[in-house]
Amino acid sequence: MKFTLSWLKEHLDTNATLAEVRDALTMLGLEVEGIANPAETLKGFVVGYVVEAVQHPNADRLRVCKVDTGAGVVQVVCGAPNARTGMKGVFAPPGSYIPGTDMHLKVGKIRGEESNGMLCSMRELELSDDHDGIIDLPAETKTGIPAAEALGLDDPVIEIKVTPNRGDCLGVHGIARDLAAAGLGTLKPVKAERIKGTYPSPIKWTHGYEARPDSPCPIVVGRHFRGVKNGPSPEWLQRRLKSIGLRPISTLVDITNLVTFDLNRPLHVFDAAKLSGDLVMRQARDGEKILALDGKTYELDPSISVIADAKAAHGIGGVMGGEETGVQPETTEVFLEVAYFTPIKVAATGRKLGILSDARYRFERGLDPQSVQWGTDVATRLILDLCGGEASEITSSGVMPDWEKSFTLRADRVKTLTAIDVPAKDTADILTKLGFTVAGSGPWTAAVPSWRPDIVGEADLVEEVTRVAGFDRIPTTSLPRLSATSKPARDALQRRVPQARRALAQRGMNEVVTWSFLPFKKAERFGGGGADVRLLNSIDATLDTMRPSILPNLIDAAARNEARGLSDPALFEVGPQYKDATPTGQARVAAGLRHNMAIPRNWEGPARTVDAFDAKADAMAVLAAIGAPVENMSAQSGAPDWYHPGRSGVIKLGDRVMANFGELHPELSAAADLKGPVSAFEVFLDAPPPPKAKATKARSKLVLSAFQPVERDFAFLVDAAVEAEKLVRAARNSDKTLIAGARVFDVYAGKGVPEGKKSLAIAVTLQPVERTLTDAEIEAVCNKIVAAVTKATNAVLRG
Amino acid sequence: MDDLSTIRSEALDAVGKAADLAALDAVRVAALGKKGSVTGLMKTLGGMAPDQRREFGAQVNQLKGEIEAALDARKTTLGSAALAAKLVSEKIDVSLPTRPDFGQAGHGTLHPIGQVMDEVAAIFGEMGFTWAEGPDIEDDWHNFSALNIPPDHPARQMQDTFYLPSRADGTPMVLRTHTSPVQARTMLNKDVQKMLAYGGALRIIVPGRTFRIDNDATHTPMFHQVEGLVIDRTTHMGHLKGCLVDFCRAFFEVDDLPLRFRPSYFPFTEPSAEVDIGCSWKGGELKIGAGDSWLEILGSGMVHPNVIANCGLDPAVYQGFAFGMGVDRIAMLKYGIPDLRNFFDSDLRWLRHYGFSTLESVR
Repeated sequence: MKFTLSWLKEHLDTNATLAEVRDALTMLGLEVEGIANPAETLKGFVVGYVVEAVQHPNADRLRVCKVDTGAGVVQVVCGAPNARTGMKGVFAPPGSYIPGTDMHLKVGKIRGEESNGMLCSMRELELSDDHDGIIDLPAETKTGIPAAEALGLDDPVIEIKVTPNRGDCLGVHGIARDLAAAGLGTLKPVKAERIKGTYPSPIKWTHGYEARPDSPCPIVVGRHFRGVKNGPSPEWLQRRLKSIGLRPISTLVDITNLVTFDLNRPLHVFDAAKLSGDLVMRQARDGEKILALDGKTYELDPSISVIADAKAAHGIGGVMGGEETGVQPETTEVFLEVAYFTPIKVAATGRKLGILSDARYRFERGLDPQSVQWGTDVATRLILDLCGGEASEITSSGVMPDWEKSFTLRADRVKTLTAIDVPAKDTADILTKLGFTVAGSGPWTAAVPSWRPDIVGEADLVEEVTRVAGFDRIPTTSLPRLSATSKPARDALQRRVPQARRALAQRGMNEVVTWSFLPFKKAERFGGGGADVRLLNSIDATLDTMRPSILPNLIDAAARNEARGLSDPALFEVGPQYKDATPTGQARVAAGLRHNMAIPRNWEGPARTVDAFDAKADAMAVLAAIGAPVENMSAQSGAPDWYHPGRSGVIKLGDRVMANFGELHPELSAAADLKGPVSAFEVFLDAPPPPKAKATKARSKLVLSAFQPVERDFAFLVDAAVEAEKLVRAARNSDKTLIAGARVFDVYAGKGVPEGKKSLAIAVTLQPVERTLTDAEIEAVCNKIVAAVTKATNAVLRG
Repeated sequence: MDDLSTIRSEALDAVGKAADLAALDAVRVAALGKKGSVTGLMKTLGGMAPDQRREFGAQVNQLKGEIEAALDARKTTLGSAALAAKLVSEKIDVSLPTRPDFGQAGHGTLHPIGQVMDEVAAIFGEMGFTWAEGPDIEDDWHNFSALNIPPDHPARQMQDTFYLPSRADGTPMVLRTHTSPVQARTMLNKDVQKMLAYGGALRIIVPGRTFRIDNDATHTPMFHQVEGLVIDRTTHMGHLKGCLVDFCRAFFEVDDLPLRFRPSYFPFTEPSAEVDIGCSWKGGELKIGAGDSWLEILGSGMVHPNVIANCGLDPAVYQGFAFGMGVDRIAMLKYGIPDLRNFFDSDLRWLRHYGFSTLESVR
């Protein structure tokens, strides 16, 4: 919402400076977004009198002018065809910045003649596109006065952001009311006296549907004018509209715009000669068409209210008038429409038709229903004053909506809610100045003015009093401590997210954050894409389905990096994935991906590409970092089909899957143009059981043996399909008191090993507890180990 | 006698001149070996009278001791020189790069969003807040209606919402447009209501992903918010001010950071305030702190009585405040990250430059 300082002062009797007005507006909740002050841009530019203009001796198209600047006479070389002796123009002294040409003026010589400044055109000052010649000011303009004053531009333009609840501030009068309540001056009343009509209106208002307080258009008022003279509006009105960026059209149209922006009362005027019969407020018919004032044709339906005559629709209710019955410069008979449409109806219509208009903007924020009366009066006065003619009697249809309501404000409510101590008298005074009718001395009963449909309860009254009293009066009070020491904000389960993030970054991976949505095709490939997780209104097809896995996004991210020449990405994300649209369908997952080289070429040792074991190590690191019981977990095959079927697995705790890991399915890496292997993992952070609520922080007792451990190696020949973990587990469990650990140190298949078999070599650590083991005891344990392994895996000890 | 002193001086001279351990050993053999000069003197003892033998024997023994000591000393000297020479020959090129650790460990980075979330959690944790979460896919009751945004309310136009197919019971489903639905989910929780009934205080922060249909230079369809909610019987707007002043000063690490609270409008708070922090622009660069300019940073207000009532609490008994801020935005401001869109682009150069080490403190 834009207005000028002088326009504001039409409604507000004040001595406040621009800065005071600016600060007060912002602190009232009418945030100032900008102030444009043309006087600032034109600072230093003055009215110059051309004492003499003669032909330049060395250039046909130039003139040498002697210009009286009010501070002396200077010589200026000018190329404008209209430069002449005796004219008054806008003089820019050397050093001025010319906005239209983006130049700083210097004293210089043009074709040998000295030039000390410049006479400017409108375009050079960026005031209009006019560049036919220099600005030609009226002869009576005083020489030497600021150019901004002479051009009528010494009026700062203020732009404020109006929140959706404050429709009443979409007119300058409403803004002035707020400022007056805040003590910045006195609100001037709107001049709106009822003017009696001199003849019955030949056009009457009727309703095509039941006119009830809650119907789309409960009430409409209008009157007919005859003998009016349209044409360009007076200079003051044109200047006012131009100052806020509106284009003057004709007096009648300009009046409707003025009342819209001045009093937040949109109006419409019809060329009465083009109407047939009475006007009706009715539902549009299916397929009915209208050519609107924006030059576009809209197809309507019964959800839309229209203003129609006997033949056709001529206006879209609350949104836009029709082109065919609009007023023209030669119009002499007009019909004024002043209607009240409900916000919901106008918003729905505007959205449906995609029309953004000043009328829609105001109606959908809630107009003063009473403005159908005073709006008619104000418009009548302006039409008669500016266009002459005579006004008919008023015609109206419908009933006034129920706007009267009042609320109680408890005496201590402002204090208990905002901690500001507003004296009772001030509370009543603030509400009164805002237009409320206040009764009582605390508690108060405040009757809400018709222009404040946003006030619907006591809380709104508290807000009104608080914002006018001033938010800076609210004390700054730190929250009282609930306990002397504080606990971490996140509980143990929630802390798994930062733990996982830190573990993976520590392993050299880079954390990314990617969209929660991805293309349907990818969702489908990763086991998702159900109808309930497909967006109805996605930005585009690449972001139309909620992700069932983070991996597709990481694959894309890796491919983007490779395409930029950033090789060997190792990326991870800890975030949500969505199985379905229910709250429990969302899971916290740590997913990561490494592409190509795990160890790059280097001077010291061999390079190595990534493989499934890198992914397994990453997944295990996450599980360890979040405190999951990794020692009880087992890795086995069975990863989902986006992994390489032979080189992937799952990590399970009992029957529950904690993580997937492996090489990415080569088909997926190829589709992403990722050359070389890709290792990937997904750890389900919510899967490991939460720590027991009353788990003690005490560690189990550490028993240190005084005796040296003994290590024995075994090589087994076993079927190639046997999983190493099964064999190791059998060895470990064969004697739980003596065996402290077992690990694989070699796997071999090939020469010397029969087809379909492999050799698995393990080292077993024996830890004596009571005394050093005898050779016989060691041998006995070794036999137990071999027997257990053979039983579990059909392995044979190699000779 | 002359023999003795000649042998001494020759032997000691030879010890001093021995250039390495082999030469020194030759000196030892020449003096103390089977055919050595000192050994030769020993052999003459047998033919001497007992008195002379005693005297001369003592002198030869002393000489032997002297030479042995000189040999030992020289051996130590030559030995450390040899070691030193050997160590020098083992020199490596220390300018070579270190062994490439697996996956360039130590080069991993944390994303600024996570870092800022951790910082926010730490600061509010100290103020007694706990972390609450809710689903990204919400029903429109929690996202709108519970928060005093009825259907057709103009506020719903402020947020262009992603919709998903309605639930079987007809409930429209959306991607949450703000983290505020978790306010409702928390207040509706029976345990929370019981805690409040016993005079407790609810203080939560709600970080998370939020979604709006917006995709341009300064908007992304997904972004992150942190919501805050305090509900009890006495918390007033002064506490709102205090809490946010304390947070902003701690977060931006500016002790005297000025804050400005301006009236605004949100359907779920009343009175509502937008909060600006002081800043200045010097040469196009933003400096956060007391200055000549203000920067809008978050929205806040006293929880609307309708919201409290919608969540099953009595607005005549309970009151409190709520606030919400953009995590991405405060990350950009604090860490001078210019472009929002890069947050979600996964460009390794950006991640390495703006990312954080795992050892970076969060508080």
